[in-house]
Amino acid sequence: MEIIALFVAAVFTNNFILVQTVGICPFLGVSKKTESALGMGVAVTFVMVLASLFTYAINTWVLATLKIEFMQTIVFIFVIASLVQMLEMILKKISPSLYASLGVYLPLITTNCAILGIAQANLTAVNNLFMAVLNGAFAGLGFTLAIFLMSGIREKLDKVDVPRPFKGFPITLITACFMAMAFGVFA
Amino acid sequence: MKVKDIALDGVVRQNPVFKLVLGTCPALAVSTSLANAIGMGAAVIFVLMCSNILVSLLRNVIPGSVRIPAFIMIIATFVTVVILAFDKFLPDLSSSLGMFLPLIVVNCLILARAEAFASANKVGAAALDGLFMGIGFTLALSVMAFIRELLGTGCLFGVEVLGGFSIGIFASSAGGFLVYGLLIAAFVAGSNAISAKNKKKQAAAEKAAKLQAAQAVAASETEVK
Repeated sequence: MEIIALFVAAVFTNNFILVQTVGICPFLGVSKKTESALGMGVAVTFVMVLASLFTYAINTWVLATLKIEFMQTIVFIFVIASLVQMLEMILKKISPSLYASLGVYLPLITTNCAILGIAQANLTAVNNLFMAVLNGAFAGLGFTLAIFLMSGIREKLDKVDVPRPFKGFPITLITACFMAMAFGVFA
Repeated sequence: MKVKDIALDGVVRQNPVFKLVLGTCPALAVSTSLANAIGMGAAVIFVLMCSNILVSLLRNVIPGSVRIPAFIMIIATFVTVVILAFDKFLPDLSSSLGMFLPLIVVNCLILARAEAFASANKVGAAALDGLFMGIGFTLALSVMAFIRELLGTGCLFGVEVLGGFSIGIFASSAGGFLVYGLLIAAFVAGSNAISAKNKKKQAAAEKAAKLQAAQAVAASETEVK
């Protein structure tokens, strides 16, 4: 039951992009084509799960034990940056095809606020490591859903005659406004 | 680079929020109230100035291949300073900014200025760039927060001004997207109009200069005759 509640919260009612407005840069930048949007979504979900696992574990068993929680921000970003770098190297070595499709998004992910966001959110939203990892997976799913829906709409928007000042970011943001209203209904 | 150029770039011509579209997450999330927007702006100005200064000082020491992680660590250090200071002196603001205070670390505006400006310029210019980019960010956030707080809750700085009138959607994330989209469109339309006007002026000036030259030539020709 708790897991279902976590799922609904992370994917719909507290959707990272549309409700909490975290991770907007990739949402605006990589949502032009459905394929790249899905690639970004999968890469983010993957890193979110790993980041949840490592940051939650390190926070509980290292930072909290040593009572140096004020180091959270520095340690978390360090862990995330090294995680992404390591993932890039491992993928390059063991699965060049996966690297070819996800690799381009990986360097972008270090500075994606959704990843540090999930590490921060886990501190208050969940109370054990298993739930933290699940929360990461669900939040990634919510991210993927939002960016995938947006890319579908933007592919259609390309064929529409938009007033000149609204081309690009403005029309995308206004589209996001209507999507956020739809997601807001869940809350 | 002149101080005036850096200032104009930071606040208007290269406004980080409306023109460069950087730092979008805090711009959308924190602009629900003016107090939050100004608090966030102050934190970003501090971090941006400090990180620009340090990155500029270390620009010849940090090897190119690890510069991004190094920049992020520098930024994270200053963000930690801000978090600790806010927790101690402004606990209310700190709790209403919540997650977005630590998220300044991954605010792309700060990393972008470190990478694009501070790592290639002298300390003084880098500090000024940080200051004015931060001011541009704060102003943009304040404009958004003014519209959203006024329409979303009928208040300004928490004081009721519209007599109970409010449109709830502006306080939610959907309203944030809407206001942001409309403001970028207005910014683009405004700068297009200005550049078109400047072009017209330039064209008119060129035409006048040509006319004058032609007249001068004609005058000299008649003199020769």
